Amino acid sequence: MSKVLMKGNEAIAQAAIAAGCNAFFGYPITPQNELIEYMSKYMPDKGAFVQAESELAAINMVYGAAAAGARAMTSSSSPGLALKQEGISYCAGAELPAVIVSVSRGGPGLGGILPAQGDYNQATRGGGNGDYKVIVLAPNGVQEATEMVRKAFYLADTYRNPVIVLADGVIGQMMEPVEINTEALPLIAKPWASDGNLSRGHRNVVNSLFLNPVELEKHNQDLRAKYDLIEEKEVDYELSHDENAEVMFVAYGTPSRIVKAAIENLKAEGINACLFRPKTLYPFPYEALKKAAQGKKFVLCAELSMGQMIQDVRLSLEGSVPAHFYGRAGGMVFEPKELVNAVKDHLGGR
Amino acid sequence: MTVVFKKTKGLTDAPFSYCPGCTHGIIHRLVAECLEELDLLDHSVAIASVGCSVMSYEYFNCDAIQAAHGRAPAVATGVKRVHPEKIVFTYQGDGDLASIGTAEIVQAAHRGENITVIFVNNAIYGMTGGQMAPTTLPNQVTTTSPRGRDVSKTGEPIKMSELMATIPGATYIERVMTADPLSVRKAKRAIKKAFQYQKENKGFSMIEVLSSCNIGWGLSPNDALQYIKNEMASYFPLGVYKDKGV
Repeated sequence: MSKVLMKGNEAIAQAAIAAGCNAFFGYPITPQNELIEYMSKYMPDKGAFVQAESELAAINMVYGAAAAGARAMTSSSSPGLALKQEGISYCAGAELPAVIVSVSRGGPGLGGILPAQGDYNQATRGGGNGDYKVIVLAPNGVQEATEMVRKAFYLADTYRNPVIVLADGVIGQMMEPVEINTEALPLIAKPWASDGNLSRGHRNVVNSLFLNPVELEKHNQDLRAKYDLIEEKEVDYELSHDENAEVMFVAYGTPSRIVKAAIENLKAEGINACLFRPKTLYPFPYEALKKAAQGKKFVLCAELSMGQMIQDVRLSLEGSVPAHFYGRAGGMVFEPKELVNAVKDHLGGR
Repeated sequence: MTVVFKKTKGLTDAPFSYCPGCTHGIIHRLVAECLEELDLLDHSVAIASVGCSVMSYEYFNCDAIQAAHGRAPAVATGVKRVHPEKIVFTYQGDGDLASIGTAEIVQAAHRGENITVIFVNNAIYGMTGGQMAPTTLPNQVTTTSPRGRDVSKTGEPIKMSELMATIPGATYIERVMTADPLSVRKAKRAIKKAFQYQKENKGFSMIEVLSSCNIGWGLSPNDALQYIKNEMASYFPLGVYKDKGV
């Protein structure tokens, strides 16, 4: 199959359907509208598409469809994700597989509609109640976004856990050549699904309520054990290795591509730098990042925010290497030369 | 020995968490009997809400899903859209349906979702200890209206059946009560019709059941039944508000 030129939002939607998504519930919000529009047009007849009355309703429809065994998905952008947090907590508590695509924009509040990464904490820490974790995948282009949405369904089904694909607005809006994997993603048995079928011989109940504290603690411990397994097995990152690098950038999503241009520009000026790109924001590649940073003069974390992932970077480094930050916000996107200048400043004005 | 009366198969053996005197138990039984009599138990999904009936997923003898506060109609939509051949119903109280969940109930009806909603209106937040609900009667004393509901500051009680009947997408809306044997029998007829309609793909039904909260109201169980009949039913008139299914 040859590549086709597609807008990120539409490519993500097509990849989701190709991965077996058979239930989509969404609400219009910029910059992810093409995703819900694509779903309304191309969701197969035997699948479910509902334009919900609210973000709250959309995530709760996902909760219901997932509880009944579907490969369910919703998508939104920053303020919409804020509204979905309650439902995401319920999905995590009831251990339901759900895929949530977040095409993020500037905030806080209504913010703006241009790309930003101020929702790193929203995705990785969440705003829902309770001890829970959501797997977060961060693509840096349209092709990878389609691969990650497919992987998201696999991880959601495997771990019975919500998965967020955190794509900044650039990825949602830009067009790139893409080849979408159309191979069927094998179905994973869901004997726990509450789908109105007592012929299985017993009732199924999907629930996140445990009034008995002994049971609720056990539930939290079981969830923790699952998150431990996820942290052990699912960490993913990209390291553009350079033995001579004296500086290491850390960036995810679209900024990682700007960093690559900055690295070329720095090389032309005789400064060697490399890039560490987390592809999973949860689980975060703490150990790999620390290892990769050893011997560097410093790490420069570049984000389209006022500094969120930098906290995880510092947790990784444990003070072993200095960590600096460069960020733009509100829809302003840094140019390679800004990163070049930041590196030169930290190197002492070379 | 001849069995002359037995528990419906529609209920599990789990003991109810409801207070003695509360009519949730009767309404549970009516729903369960209807599911059994219509032979729907094996392919139904109950959506439990938040409030006194939060544990109803333990009581209805069918598959069940517990929903967030107010969101049961959205959860039901998710289930029904992926399994249109199954019977999906929500069981919600007045705090859940008439306050925090007004958007979800209105919009589920607006879309004409082919689901059944059992709306238990006891004019109070029972589970949390008896606070004022949107359905609390004028001058009724609750823990958050200690001097009685002041309609000049809190509005007049919302009439959900009347409101829901105005929605073009709704098929069948009826208000019933559980105050005496006759009204209980009428309530069962309404609930059964609602499930029958869903089975026949006729669309959205909501049965509002005026129910007692003798503890929250500070009345004896018998006085609470009289309160349903004399006070609640006079503000919330019984009857069929809409029936597009006939």
